[in-house]
Amino acid sequence: MPDPVRAALAQDLPPRPEFERVPQDVGQIGAVEAPLSLRERLFGNIAVRRGLVLIGIALLWEGYARWLNVSLLFPTFSETVRVFVADLLSGVLSERILTSLRVLLIGYAAGVALAAVLTTLAVATRIGNDILSVLTAMFNPLPAIALLPLALIWFGLGTGSIVFVLIHGTLWAIVLNTVTGFRAVPETLRMSGRNFGLKGPRYVAQILMPAASASILAGLKIGWAFAWRTLIAAELVFGVSSRSGGLGWYIFEAREELETARVFAGLFAVILIGLLVESVIFRTIEARTVRRWGMQR
Amino acid sequence: MTAPLLEARGVTLQYKTAQHLLTATYRVDLEVHRGERFIILGPSGCGKTTLLKAVGGFLEPVEGRIMLAGRPIRGPGPDRMMVFQDFEQLMPWKTVLGNVTFPLRVKRAWKAREIKERAMAALEKVHLAEFAHVYPHMLSGGMKMRVAIARALVMEPEILLMDEPFAALDALTRRHMQRELLELWRMLGFTMLFVTHSIEEAVTLGSRILLLSAHPGQVRAELNAGHLDGRDAADPAFGALTRHIHDLLFGEGREPANA
Ligand SMILES: Nc1ncnc2c1ncn2[C@@H]1O[C@H](COP(=O)(O)OP(=O)(O)O)[C@@H](O)[C@H]1O
Ligand SMILES: [Mg+2]
Repeated sequence: MPDPVRAALAQDLPPRPEFERVPQDVGQIGAVEAPLSLRERLFGNIAVRRGLVLIGIALLWEGYARWLNVSLLFPTFSETVRVFVADLLSGVLSERILTSLRVLLIGYAAGVALAAVLTTLAVATRIGNDILSVLTAMFNPLPAIALLPLALIWFGLGTGSIVFVLIHGTLWAIVLNTVTGFRAVPETLRMSGRNFGLKGPRYVAQILMPAASASILAGLKIGWAFAWRTLIAAELVFGVSSRSGGLGWYIFEAREELETARVFAGLFAVILIGLLVESVIFRTIEARTVRRWGMQR
Repeated sequence: MTAPLLEARGVTLQYKTAQHLLTATYRVDLEVHRGERFIILGPSGCGKTTLLKAVGGFLEPVEGRIMLAGRPIRGPGPDRMMVFQDFEQLMPWKTVLGNVTFPLRVKRAWKAREIKERAMAALEKVHLAEFAHVYPHMLSGGMKMRVAIARALVMEPEILLMDEPFAALDALTRRHMQRELLELWRMLGFTMLFVTHSIEEAVTLGSRILLLSAHPGQVRAELNAGHLDGRDAADPAFGALTRHIHDLLFGEGREPANA
């Protein structure tokens, strides 16, 4: 039954003519795209915008330090840069950095390798999965640096202890992310892989791992970040007694001698290397892989 | 009549969950012959996907048996290529071409050159040749589905298993894809087992239609639709079959005894 109110409303609508059109050939519309102005392009560029922020911070730092004028407490930006560059060129700082990176790479590589073995076991067997879940839940919340005293008892002063702590710092983050990534692989993708006849290690390597690559990369990134922070902290705690100290020791030493600009230069190096790895190396890997594949925005 | 390519006898399929046992299909029989476009049609949740998974080798019947070319099915294999409903079945880390060559590579039966030629030929058949080097995330839904179909056809499987492949597409694209699938079938003459819950799609695509009753799925009827080849919804015979199926599934007919 027609609704009287509706019918009345429909009749009140103004009459409008119908029409049909043939779409124009787009060639005749002319250029739809136009180049952006220089200013638009500059401010559209993230690197440029963030660079400006950095310059702003440096200027503020310089201004405040000059106004404060106590270089023992708060050296100026220019002084920090001067010490940084001088130590880098003289080899003091570069040697410390290399020492740190070498230890870091050993610990990180060992952590990654161990994570690969453990996740393989976890994927292959149910009991392996249970064991790994419990271990990860137990050890992941434990800050790596808290294990340092134990490491010192077991491995004594030196690289062994630091590597042990670094492995702990990277292992669980990578395992956790990888296993989570494996679990999130879509059901139909898994079924496709098995449909093609893939089984066992080939199935893991050719379907699960690439499908979880976004999570695995995230795990590697977090693991790296943990490792870097843990390393510097560990070197600060007992770097003094080891013969060839790393960046942490460089900072510690500078503090002992009340060379505050050098402390700042050391922190500068820590930040710089962290940034370089996190936003250059990992960013590049991501851009070439998961971002290119549309698996991460 | 020759022996059927695919044969299911009294197939009961169940899921064991933590709380209970769920029967998805109950004593289903079916026979698919070479070259048939066999449709499994039934309401949502009646066990169509489960049945297709069992044919795919992902699930074992608790009762009955499924045979392909006279041999019982043991595990998944590329002689039964599957096409699923969602778009996640494609490997996002591989280009369109990489996705299509992948199952060929896994089988290790061809040289690299032949693999590429076969894949390109398959992509041409689904009109995607110029998108060969694009990653799947840059394709529309219909194009992704065509990649999945090309990837399945390239293996020249004994039977093509399709689980509501067009259900996630918009209505216009769906019509288009149905027409393309029929064209491919005319060109290549493959056997397909196609699952859908749309009566219209079943009548459009099928040469034979198996009707399953609501959960748990049991065979309700098996009907011929081959005589409608190429006719559309405006045709009276099409409408008659559609209504007949509708009545069988929802009206008049008895409900399953244990409903
Ligand atoms: N993995 C599973 N575990 C438990 N129950 C399931 C699972 N998959 C499907 N089911 C159940 O089995 C029945 C049939 O499901 P399905 O075969 O997907 O139906 P259809 O494809 O016809 O819509 C449904 O009741 C569904 O809830
Ligand atoms: Mg389904």
